Amino acid sequence: MNWGVKRSEREIATELEAHIEMAVERHRRNGMSEAEARRAARLDLGGVEQATEKVRDQGRLPVIETTWEDIRFGFRMLRRSPGVSLLAILCLTLGIGANAAVFSWIEGNLLRPYSGVEHQETLYMLAVKNRGAAGYEPLSWLDFQDYRRDCANVGDFIAEKISGSTLSIGDRAERVPGSVVSSNYFDSMGVHPVLGRVFEPAEETGRNGHPVAIISYDTWKIRFHGDPAIVGKTQMLNGVQHTIIGVTPEDFYGTFVGYAFKFWVPVSMQERFEQGGYKLEDRSAHWIEGFFRLKPGVTLEQAQTAVSAEAARLEHDFPDSNRGRELRILPLWQAPFNNASSLLPTLRISMGVALVLLLIACANVGNLVLVKCLSRRHEMTVRLAIGAGRARLIRQLVTESLMLSGIAALGGLAVAYLSRDLLLAFIPFRGVPLRISGEIDWRVLAMSAGVCVISTLIFGLFPAFEASRVDLAGALKSESGGVVGAGGRSWVRSTLVVVQVSLSFMLLVGAALLMESVMEIRGTDPGFSTSVLSTGMALPPTTYDTARARAFQDNLLERLAALPGVESAAFSRTRPFAYSSFSQARLAMDTYQPPPGVQISESYSEIGEGYFKTLHIPIVSGREFLRTDDEKSPRVAIIDETMADTYWHGRDPVGQRLQVKDQWMQIVGVAKAVHYNSILETRKPFFYVPLRQNFSSTFAVYLDTRQSVESLGPMLAREIHALDVDLAAYEVIPMSEQVHRKASSQQVALWLIMIFGAIALVLAGIGLYGVMSYSVSQSTRELGLRMALGADARTLIRLVMSKGAVLTGVGITVGAGVAIATTRLLGYLLYRVSPRDPLAFTAAFVVMAVTALVACFLPALRASRVDPLRALRM
Amino acid sequence: MGKKSEVLQGTLDMLVLKTLDTMGTMHGFGIAMRIEQVSRDSLQLNQGTLYPALLRLEQKRWIASAWGVSDNNRKARFYSLTEKGRRRLQEEADEWKKMSAVINRVLKGAA
Repeated sequence: MNWGVKRSEREIATELEAHIEMAVERHRRNGMSEAEARRAARLDLGGVEQATEKVRDQGRLPVIETTWEDIRFGFRMLRRSPGVSLLAILCLTLGIGANAAVFSWIEGNLLRPYSGVEHQETLYMLAVKNRGAAGYEPLSWLDFQDYRRDCANVGDFIAEKISGSTLSIGDRAERVPGSVVSSNYFDSMGVHPVLGRVFEPAEETGRNGHPVAIISYDTWKIRFHGDPAIVGKTQMLNGVQHTIIGVTPEDFYGTFVGYAFKFWVPVSMQERFEQGGYKLEDRSAHWIEGFFRLKPGVTLEQAQTAVSAEAARLEHDFPDSNRGRELRILPLWQAPFNNASSLLPTLRISMGVALVLLLIACANVGNLVLVKCLSRRHEMTVRLAIGAGRARLIRQLVTESLMLSGIAALGGLAVAYLSRDLLLAFIPFRGVPLRISGEIDWRVLAMSAGVCVISTLIFGLFPAFEASRVDLAGALKSESGGVVGAGGRSWVRSTLVVVQVSLSFMLLVGAALLMESVMEIRGTDPGFSTSVLSTGMALPPTTYDTARARAFQDNLLERLAALPGVESAAFSRTRPFAYSSFSQARLAMDTYQPPPGVQISESYSEIGEGYFKTLHIPIVSGREFLRTDDEKSPRVAIIDETMADTYWHGRDPVGQRLQVKDQWMQIVGVAKAVHYNSILETRKPFFYVPLRQNFSSTFAVYLDTRQSVESLGPMLAREIHALDVDLAAYEVIPMSEQVHRKASSQQVALWLIMIFGAIALVLAGIGLYGVMSYSVSQSTRELGLRMALGADARTLIRLVMSKGAVLTGVGITVGAGVAIATTRLLGYLLYRVSPRDPLAFTAAFVVMAVTALVACFLPALRASRVDPLRALRM
Repeated sequence: MGKKSEVLQGTLDMLVLKTLDTMGTMHGFGIAMRIEQVSRDSLQLNQGTLYPALLRLEQKRWIASAWGVSDNNRKARFYSLTEKGRRRLQEEADEWKKMSAVINRVLKGAA
């Protein structure tokens, strides 16, 4: 049925008038007088007014019409109590906004992390799982090519490796992230260059044979000033002149959560951008972090089956390099190689916390709406009395609630939009162009709309039912409640307040636990001296062959050690707690036989002499590496205590031998176990080899000094400059900063929960205040009576406060119960803090109690100032 | 003039549709006159119910309406049957025949 057809008042009037006139004419022709004819015509019609009314009714029944009326009426109602409406909208905006923001972060970083990449629902990550080992490893290029050739029927294989280069244009040089990719990278990602072309398959082959690069849009715009003739120009990247062949679209930042990439080069250039020499012909060189694009019509299971079969074939054909290596196709949010995995737990908890916040907001608004409904009792009664159905009343009230949450949803989206980069603000990184943004797309909009509707149902439906349950006979008696809060429906409001208090208490406990955890992490000794200053350097391979690079390092070490105030200096390839991971190698030893089919593989660090001394890591047995442990002398290694315990079972390993990648080394020392990657890591065996025997032209520098970064930084720069004017070190930071940066997920979680917890606390306070104020205002008569009978102000304050205390007490008890059951979910974010830590619960209790005290005191004060005469006359 | 019967609830729609089917485009008054005339004045149509019925039929898209000028130069709303309305009339007429046949049989049996 189409409700769009209706009549305006004018139309009805004109039509009926025509009818009357025609009827009059006819009656007159039959011989009636004008007056008689007119009377008869009206009579036939059954009265013009009545007929008009009937047509009007027929036209008005439509739902849309009445809904529009409801909305207009609702607006009048909202405007009539602007304070309450505003407060309700504000509460809901916070609740919905928190959810929309967290969801946009999840969307933008986990579900659809790569801006500008098409169809991310069919994009997956490739990672190698070593049988029996935890964690994932990259692929080798030769394996990658085999997969690409033999599994082409299930999907596209895309190779990528994050890298970097100093981008030096004009007088501005900066270290920028870029990546080494297979030729199909852009086509498979669905990224089409705005200028120039993408890589061609031929550009994958030939060692260092294709110095071509594609640059990002912002690099083109900012660093090259949008030069329209950029394609064909050259740019020095890692010491090689690269021809720029293309520019990516503006919204594409690469495919690595957290970083905004600036350039891409083909895999043939790997040696220039990757440590460890030429890897394109070495099946045991694992460096590719691959993507997989599922073909339409193929299921993920089919693809995994095909890939597993190929892995088995590779294991059979190349047992030395591929034993136990299984290739897995993983969803993007489980990507092991980028920040997605470190954001996951934080975002998961944030989502939970945001939902709790929404519940609190709903409880709060529910209370506000309920109180407002009760104050509209008279209106409800009148409407019911003149024949409105209860369903109609409920619809009116729910419409009003929907309007509240609708406005709040818009506000919430604004909150989400404003806070899309908030995550970045909490993450203590510096020096690299980072990008961790929320993404507000139709899914986030749909989700916010859903949250809006659901919250309306929670906070709006119940009060609507309550308020519309008016007892017509009893409603005429005014609602002047009995003892404070003993009014018939006050239990509903009390329950809502208890819910708010308990949920807020839970968040407070969570915040307190995380704060303890962060403090614990900060307070934990990583095992090395955190006051040591460190930085990194990369010697460009084109101008520095190995001999020259060695000479440079020797010269620099000498100069640094001679600096005033520097106790000692040392180098290593990889910095502890850095993003770039330590090397891993297959091991064998005489004393330990691994179970069949299992390959021992452990991480190690390539370090120079003086490393342990500079970083204050004790050598428990044997000696540290010496300058004489160079490329000409026998291979040596130092293992850590954990490794000694694991593979030598308490016997002294010094003098024993260790096979690393088929090469036997003599163990010359045992070092104290320290933290290598993060404070939270579980102890795993670790060992060291001399940098001189495993040379690397990118290296970290450590200086044991009492001097500050500010005074030492320039000195360091001067020394490097004296050796080579074209070189510069990265940012100089104390190791404490390096350690601190690694705790970012705790940090982010802490900030978010603290913010959400503070909001929740305010909401609970408002809720408590609202309920107490309302009870006081409703029981003015009773309070006046008590006063007249001799109760003093203190008694009345106590009366009101005790009710608030009961509500708070029940809320905290319930909240504590819920918290005990749920704080486990904080999982690994809690470091050395029990999820039931009494200190956290006590702190949360104190904060909650003080808030409740403040919230109840004002209404209590008001109760004590009731004028008994006035109250009794009411 | 003998006692007139009231228009049965629900049959007004059919009467209007049928009238428009036979007479083509008509205004409200004309429809009312036609129904009374065809029933040889034995039906009492409450004209006040005609107009809401017309609006209802139009809402159901069985009839359409437009302003026009009557024979005596008066602005009036003219109604006409739509294709959908024609189908509807056919259904209703069939239904009615079936129904009245059944009722006739029942009444005869009872007599």
